[in-house]
Amino acid sequence: MIFIVSFLVVLMLVGAIAASFFRDLIGAVIAAALVSLIASILFYFLQAPDVAMAEAAIGAALTAAIFIIAIRRTERFEE
Amino acid sequence: MRRIVTILLLIIVALGISLSLAKIPFGTPKTKVGKYYIDEGIEETGAVNIVTSVVVNYRGFDTLGEVTVLFIAAIGLGVVLTASGGRETRKTKPASLVLYTGCRLLFPLILVFGSYIFIHGHLTPGGGFQGGAIIASGFLLIYLGCRERRINRIASNLAESLGGLTFVVIGLLGLVFGGYFLLNFLPKGTANTLFSAGIIPIIYIAIGFKVGSELAGIIDNLIEES
Repeated sequence: MIFIVSFLVVLMLVGAIAASFFRDLIGAVIAAALVSLIASILFYFLQAPDVAMAEAAIGAALTAAIFIIAIRRTERFEE
Repeated sequence: MRRIVTILLLIIVALGISLSLAKIPFGTPKTKVGKYYIDEGIEETGAVNIVTSVVVNYRGFDTLGEVTVLFIAAIGLGVVLTASGGRETRKTKPASLVLYTGCRLLFPLILVFGSYIFIHGHLTPGGGFQGGAIIASGFLLIYLGCRERRINRIASNLAESLGGLTFVVIGLLGLVFGGYFLLNFLPKGTANTLFSAGIIPIIYIAIGFKVGSELAGIIDNLIEES
């Protein structure tokens, strides 16, 4: 169990760092959504399924969609 | 120079956070109120899901505030986007047949799942906010997959208003029947059945409609007006 959680936390950190370093903003949004998705899995492991559901639906799906809509109207690549 | 100052500040912040977190004894209950909810919650409210009994019953007034915040955010976004420009008229490439059919196939299933989540909010994990978010993600799927389909704005505004109105009216009925706002005046029934816990399922269904139509309206505003 502890190994799964540690692996997920490391993956979350990688996602967070990737989100701040990617020049392609769509990729950065996907990396940020990955952080939310892993956070929701961790919430489930911590026996908080209510929070896990909200995090998966809002953090991973709706927030990423709103960011992508914003990127579509602006620039995709950072200078 | 600026970079060094930033790194120093970050180190100070990290030290402060880690020192204060180290002082918290994790795993040992410090407050008595949490234990009270776990021990007496099912008996008092009739809701098996203790999170729901706290969100809708013990802290129902806070939830009303939370719903209001979301409502104001949605209204504000709509005002800003409508004021900034007209509707988008550019051409979009239609989705492929696989995507189109997949979206149309999945959409009703997502709606049913979201409704299940908020109707069973007092029995299983989840509730109005989660179910509403799931329903809004279903509408997002339709917006991405079948671009010519739109939500009916009047219907969504109606669902939103009726949801908020139901919440407030039920709260006021508690004031009429028992003396305080959001009193659970309906019979509690047997725990762990669908028709139990008095006003909790009614309020959570209202919140589900409200959150779902608000988030779907935000997506509609963003895609259409921006």
